[in-house]
Amino acid sequence: MKMLLTGARIIDPAQNIDSRLDIFLENGKIAKLGENLSKSLKLKDSEKTTKIIDLAGMILVPGLIDMHTHLREPGYEYKETIASGSAAAVAGGFTSIACMPNTNPVNDNRSITEFIIRKAAEAALVNVYPVGAISTDSAGLKLTEFWDLKEAGIVALSDDGQPVMSAALMRRAMEYASSLKLPVISHCEDTNLSADGLMNEGYYSTILGLRGIPNAAEEVMIARDILIAEFTGTPVHIAHVSTAGSIRLIRDAKKRGLKVTAETAPHYFTLTDEALQSYDTNFKINPPLRSKQDVVAIKEGLADGTIDVIACDHAPHGRTDKEVEFEYAANGISGLETSLGLSLNLLSNKIINWPELITKMSLNPARILNLPKGTLETGADADITVIDPQVKWTVDVQAFRSRGKNSPFNGRKMQGKAILTIVGGEIKYDGR
Amino acid sequence: MKFERKDILGIKELSVDEINFILETAESFLEVSTRKIKKVPTLRGKTIINLFYEASTRTRTSFEIAGKRLSADTINISSSTSSVVKGETLIDTARNLEAMNPDVIVIRHSASGAPHLLATLVKQSIINAGDGAHEHPTQALLDMMTIKEHKGKIAGLKVAIIGDIEHSRVARSNIYGLSKMGANVVLAGPATMMPRNIEQMGVKVFNKIEGAIEDADVIMMLRIQLERQKQSIFPSLREYSQHYCLNRNNIKMAKKDVIVMHPGPINRGVEISPDIADDPSFSVILDQVNKGVAVRMALLYLLTGGSE
Amino acid sequence: MPNNKNVKTVMDKDGIERCLTRIAYEILEKNKGMENLVLVGIRTGGVYLAQRLQKKMSDIECSKIPLGILDITLYRDDISASNKKPRLGETKINFSLDDKIVILVDDVLFTGRTIRAAMDALIDFGRPKMIQLAVLIDRGHRELPIRADFVGKNLPSSLWEAVRVDLVEKNGVDEVVIEEET
Repeated sequence: MKMLLTGARIIDPAQNIDSRLDIFLENGKIAKLGENLSKSLKLKDSEKTTKIIDLAGMILVPGLIDMHTHLREPGYEYKETIASGSAAAVAGGFTSIACMPNTNPVNDNRSITEFIIRKAAEAALVNVYPVGAISTDSAGLKLTEFWDLKEAGIVALSDDGQPVMSAALMRRAMEYASSLKLPVISHCEDTNLSADGLMNEGYYSTILGLRGIPNAAEEVMIARDILIAEFTGTPVHIAHVSTAGSIRLIRDAKKRGLKVTAETAPHYFTLTDEALQSYDTNFKINPPLRSKQDVVAIKEGLADGTIDVIACDHAPHGRTDKEVEFEYAANGISGLETSLGLSLNLLSNKIINWPELITKMSLNPARILNLPKGTLETGADADITVIDPQVKWTVDVQAFRSRGKNSPFNGRKMQGKAILTIVGGEIKYDGR
Repeated sequence: MKFERKDILGIKELSVDEINFILETAESFLEVSTRKIKKVPTLRGKTIINLFYEASTRTRTSFEIAGKRLSADTINISSSTSSVVKGETLIDTARNLEAMNPDVIVIRHSASGAPHLLATLVKQSIINAGDGAHEHPTQALLDMMTIKEHKGKIAGLKVAIIGDIEHSRVARSNIYGLSKMGANVVLAGPATMMPRNIEQMGVKVFNKIEGAIEDADVIMMLRIQLERQKQSIFPSLREYSQHYCLNRNNIKMAKKDVIVMHPGPINRGVEISPDIADDPSFSVILDQVNKGVAVRMALLYLLTGGSE
Repeated sequence: MPNNKNVKTVMDKDGIERCLTRIAYEILEKNKGMENLVLVGIRTGGVYLAQRLQKKMSDIECSKIPLGILDITLYRDDISASNKKPRLGETKINFSLDDKIVILVDDVLFTGRTIRAAMDALIDFGRPKMIQLAVLIDRGHRELPIRADFVGKNLPSSLWEAVRVDLVEKNGVDEVVIEEET
């Protein structure tokens, strides 16, 4: 199977490329990148075996990678399955996703990891990389078998959904994982401080009478993990950063040369806690939507590189999880199908430029997870996302491929969308 | 003015005109409760459901009496007797109740925002009888009515609200209502009971009771929930009452004609000393209860009617 | 409403005064004095008329007759169907009605529904010995079997006409007019 994609603006931060080029795919790999490839390849002889797609006016980038999704299978298939989540991913422009271990049972052993990989292969849409649990049942008491999990196919470790409250266990996890070159992704939340919090603690929690989650609940843990990383000399990746104080801590740690990386999600640079005034449970997430000042700081963190990655924290839920009193509603946003659209606003708002965006949505996640992805180098896997930067569309949750229709962005007007998602040289999503 | 609301969810949404109109209407209902036959036929054939997911004697009884004095049929559903125990969701309960076609649903719920959820689900009028730590609009209305009766006005008065502001829906509704009506609202309580950025609601905050009650026209004491002690919100009742209890001594700092209010039920000797609570020259606590029925009659009267 | 209404004055200030004086005498004559008599005016026009009657009767008998104010809104038979709630007025009857002869006073007697509501309300206040009705104008078109005991003036009108009683206390002028939609 050969494919020639012509006329697009190709952006590949790994090779420092940003120009109008053609790209030729062969046997699931990137075979050639250059100008006017149709002439040099003498395709006239092989037109029947090569699919040629004209992409004038489009942006072609290395396949987007979302390193923080929840696929819910096994255990919560009514919220999402690996197949439905995969379909949502390619529709959102993602060619690879890493899925968190808080399924039921938790992905804390080889058999669950293998199950996920098998199910993903059956769906055959997107590369699915399981993240294994740090502790058994993510209970924070006892380390899982990192080595065995790695052999089974996990790419990182996290108890996401829960913090590792024991600093001692976190230290051991970071040391042991580092020796296996497995990144540790930290869900930073001091649950003593967040207690039974329901939203950001501030003016809006006060007037809504909803228990608050202070910024400090996140920042205390980030500070702790940075200190442990410094002491042990191991890397740590901070998940879903939401506060100004967190940005300050991570920026400072990076300045001091520590191996700290961080991600944020589109909702943290798009929405504030003001949005909760209608008690709409679609705005309920953890960490919660923060204040205006925090949103400003997150954007600064994106601009200056403090935030390495945009990951959507795709957290699909069923109607029964959300159509309840705010207090009882589940946390999370179904994000795979809106992540790129929301992130493109960072370009129009001049927060970051195209290569920086692609770095945060493809190259950096690949580097942090040690994946041979995130680039269009010759010989790399032919994972490609084609984006139409002009197309205007409206978010419609009923049209989501994800089973999770829980999006606060329903009805929102967007500009720019993935129109072609190619995984391993095959078109897995065609929205042209 | 025309009163065109479907629901009463909070004081936050009400305009000054609407508040005045409700209070004026309530004035007329006060008289009904003084008659020998305390009943008018106004809402004959109307059905009012009191849906109480949280224990309450005072508010539920008040709504029930209000409905009955207007000749409406009132039905009480409380969490212990309802399908709540069977695990039915609020949505399903709401749809079932809606199918029975009541005219007003009065809801009390421990979750903030539950009445708002209900209001989006059913076509009937919803009255919030207290939701979590959010709002308790009928309490604030009866408090405003009581203040107006005793002081002749609300604008320009200094009203001190003392106690656990963080967990108090009464405080929030009163801050909205009294501020809108032109009162100067000040708060006092331990820092652990003061919710974040409350100053943005337009109130002044004191950590000591003295600053708040100095020259106050009205002092509103809030109930201290004893279970908060377990959450380390305050160290002990002993220490709390030593510093935040309204008593003979500190009440001297307030204006001579100060009135003392309390939404009930009172912890005697904790937030208010018994002699102050019982002293008719200060305490208007039982008056508040009396006004409660009138305010609730007014709201039931204003909300019921054809939906065309 | 300058052009679309035809306004005709049917009674002036003196006419109203004469009617009320006559009614005052009739009430006293019929009840043989003021003993056990109380006046209750129906808001709002009836209240002013009741006050005038109170004064006239007091002048005649040299003692004051009790006067109550009745707002019948809560007793209206169309109230629960309407979603525009009329503003409530105060009801003020500071005396017992038990065994009293109540003179109910209103400005215009029309369908009889207001009087029905007022009688229901009065009975909730006690058990009067008798209720008598005094009105300034009876314009006919009864929908209930109700009649007035004392009438200032019978004014046959058509249904598309409106009869309006203006009083100094309320409108600054004493007159009864018929307005006809043209």
